Formats: sequence, structure tokens, C-alpha cells
Amino acid sequence: MEVKVYSTPTCPYCTMVKEYLSSKSISFQGIDVSLDKAAADEMIKVSGQMGVPTIVIGSEVIVGFDKEAINKALNL
Amino acid sequence: MLDLIIIGAGPAGITAAVYAARRNMSILVVTKDIGGQAAISGDVENYTGYQFITGPELAIKFQAHMSKYNIEIKENEEIIKIEKEGDLIRVTSDKGSYQAKTIIVASGKRSKKLNVPGEKEFKNRGLTYCATCDGPLFAQKEVAVIGGGNSSLDAAIQLMNIAKKVYIVNINSVVEGDAIMQEKLHGNDKVIILNNSQVEAVLGDKMVNGLRIKREGKQETLAVQGIFVEIGLIPNSEFAKILDRNEFGEIKINFHNQTNISGFFAAGDVTDVPEKQIIIACGEGSKACLSVFKYLATHKI
Repeated sequence: MEVKVYSTPTCPYCTMVKEYLSSKSISFQGIDVSLDKAAADEMIKVSGQMGVPTIVIGSEVIVGFDKEAINKALNL
Repeated sequence: MLDLIIIGAGPAGITAAVYAARRNMSILVVTKDIGGQAAISGDVENYTGYQFITGPELAIKFQAHMSKYNIEIKENEEIIKIEKEGDLIRVTSDKGSYQAKTIIVASGKRSKKLNVPGEKEFKNRGLTYCATCDGPLFAQKEVAVIGGGNSSLDAAIQLMNIAKKVYIVNINSVVEGDAIMQEKLHGNDKVIILNNSQVEAVLGDKMVNGLRIKREGKQETLAVQGIFVEIGLIPNSEFAKILDRNEFGEIKINFHNQTNISGFFAAGDVTDVPEKQIIIACGEGSKACLSVFKYLATHKI
């Protein structure tokens, strides 16, 4: 399943999400929305909001470091 | 029967848990998140041993330290109630109910809300409580920072390098933050300080597009796309109604981190200890745990 993490470099929960996914050996695409305006717009379009981290797992959109939701979406 | 339940896993709760594990106490940590406010702090330059570390990095180190021990942690749980049950303590969360001989409340603080129309609807839709996290998304936009204290000025300083215009909306007649921070803002023509200004509503369609304020008695609308709420913190102590709390809602404790009820201890930012600092919260967490240890040794439960 494709996993995307939209983040900013200064956002601690973004770091935590990425560390968490790595600790579970889940590979993901990290997208820095502070550098990439198009990616920021894409994130806003997909999630209807502008908070980071925004995690997209398949068709599931998760806002914030919600471990439970992430586990559920990944069947962990 | 558990010796101890620790509520919260910020600096105080984690330190208490490490001390408890090292004393072979049987414990359970029930918490909403790991790292607490440390995890969302910016740069930390006053934690002894680290000349410089970021809040998230320090929080990750705390967590790694705790995970060295075999400590049971219930994460993502909202505490609803703590109460005395005979000689024991009962903790009720939104997901379960737990019993132990003692408790340390180390639930910390959270951002204060504005309590105005639009705040809830536009959270993460232009309104945020974490400038550090979400600031970069507001490049070249007009934003408002609500508050006149240090955290508000800190947010404004971060944002003035990103946004097109930064309003500081301050309810008081002067900004109260540190002189050194005010200096950084002065002379920056992107920053506009609005004193005597009360927030009335957050406006928007799908996303924030304005902020209605009352400035010196007159209503105005600021055409902003971002709103950063930095009006201070409140203790997470609503579930601890049985404990004595001060006028701010902080749990009252003595030198030994004891509350007014036997077997109930508290530590860190949720308490009335003077000064809220990561290093103080850690110290308080360890002190609370050692008090619990002594308490258990002298009380047959």
C-alpha cells in the first residue's frame, strides 16, 4: 500500500510519525510541504485541511500522529 | 495489584516511570500521548547536558529511555475520573478502568482555546495551535497571532520570516513578552501589533479567510488566511476534581509531591510547583516516584 507523509521540517509530530513508520518497517514517501507549494496544495485538496502531519495510506487520510488510526489503516 | 498508576507521559510522567521501573515497582502508564509539551517545544538550550537539542529530539530520547524497561503503557486514552476506592485508587479513562495502590498525576498542560465562533470549524483549516508545526504552510500569506505573551511573540518571530504580514492581536494595552523578543519584532514592517483587541470570531468558507476583532471598542475584520492561537496554557486537571486545586486549576502539592488525599501524588506542569520547565518537570517526576516508594514501604495496602 502506498504511504505518503506530508510534513514540515519543524513539525515534531511529523518526525514522530516518520520514526514510527520506520520502526514498523513501513516504507513511505515523505513530502516537505514547506518547500513544495504544489505538494502543499495537493495535501489541502486531498485532506480538506492544512494541518501537518497529514498521512495518506491507500485511500485513508489521517491528520496528526494518530497511532491507532495508522495501525488500523496498515493492519498493524 | 499495581503499585502505581502514572497519568501522563511527558517529562514528569516518563521520569517517574523510569524511577519506578528501576525500583521494581509494578506500574501502568495511562496517557494521551508520549512526550507531552516537550514534544512540541522548539529549541531547548537549558536542559543540562545538552547545550542544544530540539523538543522533539529530547522527547524521543525520553521515550527511548522509558522503553528500555518493560513498562506497560496505555496510549491514546483520555482520563475521565480518578477516585478513591477503599484503600485503593481507581482510574477511569475513555477506554478502560484501572486500579492501583497509588497514583501520580503528571498530565501536564494544554493550549488554551479562544472559545469564539468558528474556532472549532476552522481548526487545521487555517487555525492552529502550533506555529512551529504549521507555520511553513503560510508562506506569503497574511496571518494573525493571538496573544501578547512570550509564546505569541515566539510564533510571530517564526512567522515574520515566512508570511507576508503578521498581526499580533493582543487583548491587553501592552505586549508582555520578553524585551529581547520584542526587539526582534520591532522594526520589521511585516509585523503589526494590535493592542486592546478582543477576538470575536474566526471567519471563513472552506478555509480561514478572516478574523473579526473588537479593537478599542470598534469592530474590525482582518483579512487573514492563518490564525495562530497562543494565549497560554491550562492544566489537564479536570478529571482530578477530588484533589485540591488552585485558582488556575493546578493540583496543589507539598514538597513530597503529595496532594491532599493519601496515596495521590502529582508532578510537573499540572501542579502548582513554581516554574514550568522540562528539567523541573523531570525532577518533580523523580521526586514524586521516590515519595510513592516511601509511602508504599510505610503503608500496608
